[in-house]
Amino acid sequence: MIEIRNLNKKIGNRLILEDLNFSVKKGEILGFLGPNGAGKSSTMKIITSFWHPTGGKVLIDGRDVSEALLETRKRIGYLPETVPLYDDMKVGEYLRFIAEIRGLKKEAARRRIGEVSDSCGLVSVLDRPIDELSKGYRQRVGLAQAIIHDPEVLILDEPTTGLDPNQIVEIRELIKRIGKEKTVIFSTHILSEVSAVCDRVIIINKGKIVGEGSPAELMAKSRGQDAIYVKLRGPKEEVAARLRGLEEVERVEIKDKEAEDVYGYEIAPKAGVDPREQLSLAVMKNGWGILEFSRKAVSLEDIFRELTK
Amino acid sequence: MDKYLRPIWVLFKKELMAYFNSPIAYIFIGVFLVVGNWLFFSSFFLVGQASMRDYFSLLPWMFLFLAPAITMRLWAEERKAGTIEFLLTLPITDWQAVLAKFFGGLAFLAIALLLSASLPASISFLGNLDWGPVIGGYLGALFLGGSYLALGLFISSLTRNQIIAFVSGVAACFAFFVVGADFVLAGAPQAAAPAMQFIGLGSHFYSIAKGVIDTKDIFYYFSFIFIFLWLNVKIIENRAWK
Repeated sequence: MIEIRNLNKKIGNRLILEDLNFSVKKGEILGFLGPNGAGKSSTMKIITSFWHPTGGKVLIDGRDVSEALLETRKRIGYLPETVPLYDDMKVGEYLRFIAEIRGLKKEAARRRIGEVSDSCGLVSVLDRPIDELSKGYRQRVGLAQAIIHDPEVLILDEPTTGLDPNQIVEIRELIKRIGKEKTVIFSTHILSEVSAVCDRVIIINKGKIVGEGSPAELMAKSRGQDAIYVKLRGPKEEVAARLRGLEEVERVEIKDKEAEDVYGYEIAPKAGVDPREQLSLAVMKNGWGILEFSRKAVSLEDIFRELTK
Repeated sequence: MDKYLRPIWVLFKKELMAYFNSPIAYIFIGVFLVVGNWLFFSSFFLVGQASMRDYFSLLPWMFLFLAPAITMRLWAEERKAGTIEFLLTLPITDWQAVLAKFFGGLAFLAIALLLSASLPASISFLGNLDWGPVIGGYLGALFLGGSYLALGLFISSLTRNQIIAFVSGVAACFAFFVVGADFVLAGAPQAAAPAMQFIGLGSHFYSIAKGVIDTKDIFYYFSFIFIFLWLNVKIIENRAWK
């Protein structure tokens, strides 16, 4: 549905995007992840043909966005990061304007305005001027505007910033629902959002793709493995030595001290093995007291930090 | 409706409505009517002629401020609020956007002019008014106003600050108006004078306002408007700004 080929963007002498290549299928929600200034918004500006690429191309349904400009724009709904709206208009008036300029017929426009104000929770504010709305409502108007023409491609630049937790859940549900039939790209720097919503993630940093895959795949690929943390009562040196002696254990690190002879140990297992059982047997055999035992899963945060360092 | 015109029409309506959504439009029109009428009638009864020649010689000077005031926000505000990113990713071409804004401004100016028609109406009531020059004057005013608007719109696309757009708009309109005026031509080198007279917005206006509608003048205004709308499209196309 969306294909990005060797995309480059230069502004002045600065290379903002460097050889971006990826594609998004129909019915897929792609999370676009990266630190601020990584090139997320720039990529979206080019997909929506607001900016022209310096090199490479963007294809929507096989058509180049810089050639079939009007055709591809019709298929795209776009919510820019800053949620720009015409503040002097009323919400209903604004949605009518969008519906009309998007070419919806009168009857269809009325129906769609009803539908989107329903699904975005705008029914109560249709008569309010946009500049009186709270940030959360503005965001919803922005989203309503983006989906009013039932686009096949939805590009959302940080759609959940500034919303309260309830609204975030609502918007996520909405995105998921839309994503079942359409193609969605949405950027965020909230990592939990990515695992909650996306089928696939692309992590970009300094204009380059540094990681790609489903959230689970990314975690699996990551260098860091699940570690085990235990807090034991026992002579420090002996405990460490015995633990290191276990077959499944790669590395043992003393992390913290709670009291005399009570230490926390972080154990990194060898690749592909689960040392938990052997570990507990060893502890029992030696008669140490267990105060804590937990597994530290690699989080998306770790991967993100590792990839964008 | 025609495919090309429809988006222009929708955006045009929105732009025109935007003027009347804020009190500024009423202030502009109010000031324009009051100043125009006051300046005109202050000499009208002294001269005692049922003619609008004085009014039409005044009009370019009032437009000098009115036109940039109309156009100053058209692009500058979109750039400042970021709505331009949204507007220019709609399924419309840059030309359609520029044309819609231009005609929105022109319609507003035409409304202001229409309201000033109370003037010839009351004069014709007082004496025998020759309608030829009046119609010519209004036509010329539309062309002149359109040229100012195209210039002001172009300048508005260069900045995100409305005040800068207004002040430089006034300056640019003044420069183009005055370059062909008699008192400037008198001081200009002989060789350059005819060219300057042709470029100047004013000389064309005064000949139309006399009731002489020459294709040369019409052609001049159309080219002037086209050139600045075209430059405007080029600026919008470029989008090197953030």
